[in-house]
Amino acid sequence: MTKHENERKRTFLLITIPILALFICFNTIPLIRGAMYSFTNSRGFGSHDWVGLRNYIDLFSDTRVGKSYLFTIKLALVTTIVVNVLSLILALGLNSKIRAKGFFRGAYFLPNILGALVVGYIFNYFFTYIVPALADMTGMEGLRSSILSSPSKAWIGVMIVCAWQAIAMNTIIYISGLQTVPEDVYEAGGLDGATGWKQFKHLTFPLIIPFFSINMVLCVKNFLMVFDQIIALTKGGPAQSTESISYLIYNNGMSGGQFGFQSANAVVFFIVIVVISVAQMKFSSSKEEQL
Amino acid sequence: MKQTSTVGKSNKTVMVLLILGLSTIIFPLYMTVVIAFKQPSEMTNSISGILSLPKVWSLQNFREAMEVTDFWNSLKNSLLISGLTVGLSILIHSLMGYTLGRNKSSKFYNFVYLFIVSGMFVPFAILMMPLAKQTAEMGLANWVGVILLYVVFYMPMNIMLYSGYLTNIPLALEEAARVDGASTWLTYWKIIFPIMKPMHATVAVITALAVWNDVMTPLIIMAGSSENTLPLAQLNFQSQFGTNYNLAFASYLLSLIPILVFYVICQKQILNGVVNGAVK
Repeated sequence: MTKHENERKRTFLLITIPILALFICFNTIPLIRGAMYSFTNSRGFGSHDWVGLRNYIDLFSDTRVGKSYLFTIKLALVTTIVVNVLSLILALGLNSKIRAKGFFRGAYFLPNILGALVVGYIFNYFFTYIVPALADMTGMEGLRSSILSSPSKAWIGVMIVCAWQAIAMNTIIYISGLQTVPEDVYEAGGLDGATGWKQFKHLTFPLIIPFFSINMVLCVKNFLMVFDQIIALTKGGPAQSTESISYLIYNNGMSGGQFGFQSANAVVFFIVIVVISVAQMKFSSSKEEQL
Repeated sequence: MKQTSTVGKSNKTVMVLLILGLSTIIFPLYMTVVIAFKQPSEMTNSISGILSLPKVWSLQNFREAMEVTDFWNSLKNSLLISGLTVGLSILIHSLMGYTLGRNKSSKFYNFVYLFIVSGMFVPFAILMMPLAKQTAEMGLANWVGVILLYVVFYMPMNIMLYSGYLTNIPLALEEAARVDGASTWLTYWKIIFPIMKPMHATVAVITALAVWNDVMTPLIIMAGSSENTLPLAQLNFQSQFGTNYNLAFASYLLSLIPILVFYVICQKQILNGVVNGAVK
């Protein structure tokens, strides 16, 4: 018996050590190195010196960095709301008694499997040529020039493309949530006069809150890290109005000679992500407990 | 799918709305197909010029796009990277998920579990610059390095899925094998690994989709290697020949076709996999 116990323990240890080493090598070590670079003036090549907290102090007075945080947070918030409202409506529709349910579900999920970069390129063309041409035809003054070339409107383009793909994902999750609601809940509710909006607010929604929190966490995290859509649609422009944090770190850190400075930015970004994720999880688990 | 024969009035409204809503998905795809087949001379600045059907359905744009983007080579790289990543993920992550899932009472293994799973919070943005340096130093600035990185990046998520699934598999199965004198290692591959098949499918789907469409990792790691993945080829193509839209759209369509075919064939598995991955 003890011989077997030892064999089991040894096997588990032999499995864990190489895999853990791999993880540390390509996740933990680069993370620590990134944090270390944030205290240097490295340009990504050549020699560099330690500069202490200089980068972090500069970070908070850098308007370009500030702008990218504002843009990214605005985009994440608005897109999360738009996506969740639309996918909840869509999920209710797709979960009702309709014909060709399987076909509709399959079709509405399609955007999610396509690569964000190519989707971005396709929508880039749509915003640059199709929308202005449509506006010309219908005489809508405000849309005659591409929204992607307007510093105040370009973020809407990014938002639409992010939403187009994310709605597919969130809808599928809401549908699986709606399927957990037993039919007799509605029947009992119907006797009490709960129909339509009332039924949704008091019966359906409380029962699918776990799925709502999954979608919230998924949305916020993905949108805060937005990158492919920015490259494909605006490259951060016009006038740096759509520079997401990831894009700024990539652009100025990898090729702009700000390796050290952008490492500090990445460290702050990492902390922001952790804080938001932990807060969201705390919030949603406390919500679930109330039920 | 349950379907009732009595489709009421309100459901007809829902149907109409759902069909209308589909246009938001069909239109961009229609636009892509139409432009991909046209010649630049057929494109005018009016809506009808852009969206009308092409006069001739010629494959010329596709032939040219394949040449410019080195399509077959990029496709080969994408398939190789996705395939190997999925295979390695299933083998390595399930093994690690098993080890950590079966040792929940051990402080050490619990710490390892939390340590790896918390890797989910690490944004790629903080890793990319050190990783670009590190992979170059290690001679891994190529597709091998990209695969290794994927195996590490998807480890937190997949380990969580596997060790969660393991709680449904009774220990008694392993104990029976032990009585027969089988080692832990053999018991795992002979008994536990096959039982976790539904989870392998979920892991395969979510890992494959994420890897297939990923731009950032190959962009940063393979930048100097002159090799492309399919998305990376589109990015490089854009910066060189960005203004010939017909050629560009032919290239976009080519890059979307493999995943569309995959989706049509395995739609059910993909939908199940994605939902399981997110909800569990």
